[in-house]
Amino acid sequence: MDWQAFALTLKLAATTTAILIAVAVPLAGWLVLGHSRWRGAVEAVAALPLVLPPTVLGFFLLVLLGPRTMVGRFIAALLGHPLAFSFSGLVVGSVIYSLPFAVQPLVAGFAAVETAYVDAARLLGAGPVRMVLSLLVPLARRSVLAAAILSFLHTVGEFGVVLMLGGDIPGATRTVSIVLYNQVENFDYTAAAQTSAVLFALSVLALGAIYAARPGGARRG
Amino acid sequence: MVEISVKARRGSFQLEVECVFLSEWTVLFGPSGSGKSTLLRIMAGLDQPAAHGDEQARISLDGQTLTDSANGFAISPGRRQTSLVAQQPSLFPHLSVVANIEYGLRHLDRKTRKTRVEEMLELVDANALVKRRTRELSGGEAQRIALARALAPRPRLLLLDEPFSALDGAASDALLARLENWLPAYRVQTLMATHDATDAFATHAAVALLMDGKLEALGPANQVLAHERQRLLARIGGG
Repeated sequence: MDWQAFALTLKLAATTTAILIAVAVPLAGWLVLGHSRWRGAVEAVAALPLVLPPTVLGFFLLVLLGPRTMVGRFIAALLGHPLAFSFSGLVVGSVIYSLPFAVQPLVAGFAAVETAYVDAARLLGAGPVRMVLSLLVPLARRSVLAAAILSFLHTVGEFGVVLMLGGDIPGATRTVSIVLYNQVENFDYTAAAQTSAVLFALSVLALGAIYAARPGGARRG
Repeated sequence: MVEISVKARRGSFQLEVECVFLSEWTVLFGPSGSGKSTLLRIMAGLDQPAAHGDEQARISLDGQTLTDSANGFAISPGRRQTSLVAQQPSLFPHLSVVANIEYGLRHLDRKTRKTRVEEMLELVDANALVKRRTRELSGGEAQRIALARALAPRPRLLLLDEPFSALDGAASDALLARLENWLPAYRVQTLMATHDATDAFATHAAVALLMDGKLEALGPANQVLAHERQRLLARIGGG
């Protein structure tokens, strides 16, 4: 087991999840409470990574963040290095790739909160930020948990975007999925089985946590 | 003084009300489906008539325009100094009784908030409920806390949509009597929707009779609800 890659994967997943929750909670709040005519378009864009092949998304980001575009050159000038083939670049790619896995459970959870609560809060002077933080997040806390766990797991299992955008640099961009790919390519099936077992256990544990937190889930009966 | 001119369509139902409420306490009386709740939601700013077609709304409170759909103007619900208590109390289930009452008092300092909450608990006779969890309250208890929450910010206009449906007759009358003293002291104009004629006769309120989305009459209860009064007396005599 490549523990350096494992630690890097966990760091990438934790960073991505934290950023995604910070971005997706206000975005989902806006989608549920807002009246803008752009809501449908924004929701579709946020769902795009679901249908886009990861390698295509990775390629787009590689080009966008590389030295060929103004955006890439601006970021490189700002940070002193290009985002492509760096840990920061992987974080950007992972956030975009996993965005629907955070936004969709949150939108579903927020939309399920009774309208009467939202009306009562509006009448008592709550603005959108307070409404989201004091009402929607606590009442839809299971959806917030599901969004966090799904984002984390999706990032852990990411391959196409990581490979296209980050390559395979040990300690910087080599994640467990890439290690697994390398092990299989080298016919080292014993090591590949160990790596797969760790990823499998992590997924089962996280899924168990989601179902245990659901009222109709593992606790029933 | 509340001035209303509302035309709204909800499916096949047409609401068309134009009137001025001068009385401190007005009972909006009408059968189920007569448009009471729709009218109150429009007045609270929760429901906006469409800005096109034959819908329009113009609502003002003490001369201040709250809604003027013709000019695309509407003050948001939280800034109208208007509270609405619906039949379903909708207390925030994750918050305590005190936190529910405090929710609309964020602009006040902690000491004032505490005093206001105590005052509201006293008003709705709910001091014994402070330690209870919101989910454990009965329907009537929850309605009293919802009323306390709505009154805590001291609105200028209080809209009550069948708010005492879960209270028994004696508890409802006692609460109405307390409100009748408290509301004028803080100059809170009240509009209470009900389909129960006894609620209308329990106060000294003016009565607005709403039938099929149209305002049929506005005046003292014994005039507007003369027919209902005879019906109730006949039931008592016959019972």
